[in-house]
Amino acid sequence: MQQEDKALKDRVREIPGLQMEGEDRGILTLSVGPQHPGSGHFRLIIKVDGDIIAEALPDPGYVHRGEEKMCEYRNYIQNIPHLERPMIADSCGILYPYVLAVEELLGIQVPERAKYIRVIMAEINRCIFELYWLAIYGIFLGHSTMFMWPMADRELLIDLAEMASGARVTHAYFVPGGVRNDIPDIFVEKATKHVKYFRSRLKEYESIFYANPLFQARTVNVGVLRREDAINLGATGPVLRASGVEHDIRKAEPYDVYDEMDFKVITMKEGDSYARAYVPWLEMYESVEIILQALEKIPNGPVRIKLGPNPKGGVAEVFKRVEAARGELAYYIVSDGNPKPYRVKLSVPSFRELPVMAHLLKGAKLADMPSIYWSMNYWPVEADR
Amino acid sequence: MLRELLTPKRESKESVLSDHHDRPTNFNVLVGKLSEVLVKAIDAPLGYAINWGRLWSLWPVHLETACCSLEFGAASGPRYDVERFGIIEAFGSLRQCDLMVIQGTVTRKMAPRVRMIYDQMPDPKYVIAMGACAITGGLYFDSYNVLPGIDGVIPVDVYVPGCPPRPETLIQGCMLLQEKIKRTRFR
Amino acid sequence: MSQSTDGLYVENVLADKINSRFGDRIKVSYLKPRRIRIDVSKDHVLELARFVRDELGFDHPISVSGVDYPKRSTIEVVYHIGSCSRDEYRSFVLAFAVHLPRDNPVMPTLIPVYRGVEYHEREVFEMLGVVFEGHPRLERLLLPEDWADIPPLLKDFHIKGREE
Repeated sequence: MQQEDKALKDRVREIPGLQMEGEDRGILTLSVGPQHPGSGHFRLIIKVDGDIIAEALPDPGYVHRGEEKMCEYRNYIQNIPHLERPMIADSCGILYPYVLAVEELLGIQVPERAKYIRVIMAEINRCIFELYWLAIYGIFLGHSTMFMWPMADRELLIDLAEMASGARVTHAYFVPGGVRNDIPDIFVEKATKHVKYFRSRLKEYESIFYANPLFQARTVNVGVLRREDAINLGATGPVLRASGVEHDIRKAEPYDVYDEMDFKVITMKEGDSYARAYVPWLEMYESVEIILQALEKIPNGPVRIKLGPNPKGGVAEVFKRVEAARGELAYYIVSDGNPKPYRVKLSVPSFRELPVMAHLLKGAKLADMPSIYWSMNYWPVEADR
Repeated sequence: MLRELLTPKRESKESVLSDHHDRPTNFNVLVGKLSEVLVKAIDAPLGYAINWGRLWSLWPVHLETACCSLEFGAASGPRYDVERFGIIEAFGSLRQCDLMVIQGTVTRKMAPRVRMIYDQMPDPKYVIAMGACAITGGLYFDSYNVLPGIDGVIPVDVYVPGCPPRPETLIQGCMLLQEKIKRTRFR
Repeated sequence: MSQSTDGLYVENVLADKINSRFGDRIKVSYLKPRRIRIDVSKDHVLELARFVRDELGFDHPISVSGVDYPKRSTIEVVYHIGSCSRDEYRSFVLAFAVHLPRDNPVMPTLIPVYRGVEYHEREVFEMLGVVFEGHPRLERLLLPEDWADIPPLLKDFHIKGREE
């Protein structure tokens, strides 16, 4: 009998991706598999004891496209289109630190007008992304009105981005040296109008979503993350700020013209899923403030410094970080004097939330799993790069 | 099947050389002509009705592969509403879906699972390959972990190009699929 | 050693603190505005990490990267750490790099100090082949389960059709 058991266990261990049920009675292994009616492809192997999750093992990698290896075969300008696809909804946010890092490597200074345009586009992308995240949060919890309203409000902001760059989502607008082309003349007036209307729409979400007793019942006191754990596990972005840590790269290490903008860093003390959903909503108000201030102060001038066909830097390495919509996005670029980079390492906020997710899911109820998982702001496409 | 039921059967008599038994009777001729008329009257409109029901209620599997899923989500939004075409994302099991939209890059780790999902869907099922990555590998054609197109794994009906395709392009792809379903013969 | 050159006063003070504690067990590789890089060997990296977290306040792990240098026959594992608790170091990123021999890249894991590097170290393991001793679960993370080739981020691995 024992030999048969052992033979079975050996055979099971050989099959890749298969997990054996535990020997203790009552532990069931669930595979919240790659295809699930939620976000993209990501598997959580959950060991359930009754209704409580005993252990959760994340299994990413279903959308791993090998970005870092591909960067070594293309030069600095050719890297831009494929580097903005890991987070297509916030494509300016994921491209921003790359462009800043390459500018530092090549030693070029960007014109002032380009800096303001970059800040405006980055904040518009932040709002576009947070609205998409809130829309899918609604779907996760069965609230389909919360899917429709943010999707509708997003379209206004996408119109603005399309006016500036020509594409709805994959702008490829930031280039080392500035931005690709200038904004049209009616942009400032239309942007002011759209953004002010958007601010009035933000107030509506309070009544249908945040003050909704069903949403509160599912997210208040669910997945509480303490301050020390958040820092030590490497959490970032709204997840970190909802646990009481006041850390925002736009204030800590300002880049472009963020040091001339006047905005607050939003934190909350509770650290539960409700706080992690509330903080991005308040941050959207601050984004609107930044956009309006930048639209007033924007100077005239050129928007791009033209580089030669194959720009290259010296033998150096650069580490640049930026506050994207989900948190701290950093690039570590090593250059050896060639037009193609030697090594590009992307440090994305979604990948850094994996240990936080595993830590929070332990001991939680199985029904709380969607609420905790989505409040981490985890995007499989970005985490797998 | 209808045709077989209504085809008159020739009765076989003792001699194969006698030909007056092989000549069809008037009743046989009437039944034969009636069967042709009925088949034409019922078969084609029945087929048309069933195809009409299928193409106006395509339910896609929730398979948000990669970046193109953003434009699919935007297509479900209020501005480009695909629900008016009957395409509602069925947030339940796969067994009630009949459309699979491959939204984006398929990696080598995910390809066996895509095949598994395709096999679990009941017949008739249709596949739309959305985005350049699903058609030929797209921008990531030379990556070590990316399949150069999904049509080596599952049969594709409609290819929608773009990176990512605009929601209007996706709706045009769905309408092409509807044209294809309209021309299907009902069995 | 403590004179401020090019306005890098705080960076120099920080480098002095580390130097005075560790002496010649570490080497400050470069000092740039808000970026300090320290080269350390794998025997002292745990002690350095503990010192940096407890005494200096760098407690927020940002990323772990592996870089392959076939010409020098080393693989470098670089840890980037930021600070969330000390206001004066909020904009700083401390990098410490461990040089490992290319044919036997083994080093201790830093999970006892920073719990958040668990998945980063797993990724460096599967992409470059570096073994982290003491890691609770050193397995494949992003690559497919039936990957039968060499670790992809090594310079020996070429994307098909683009061998140079």
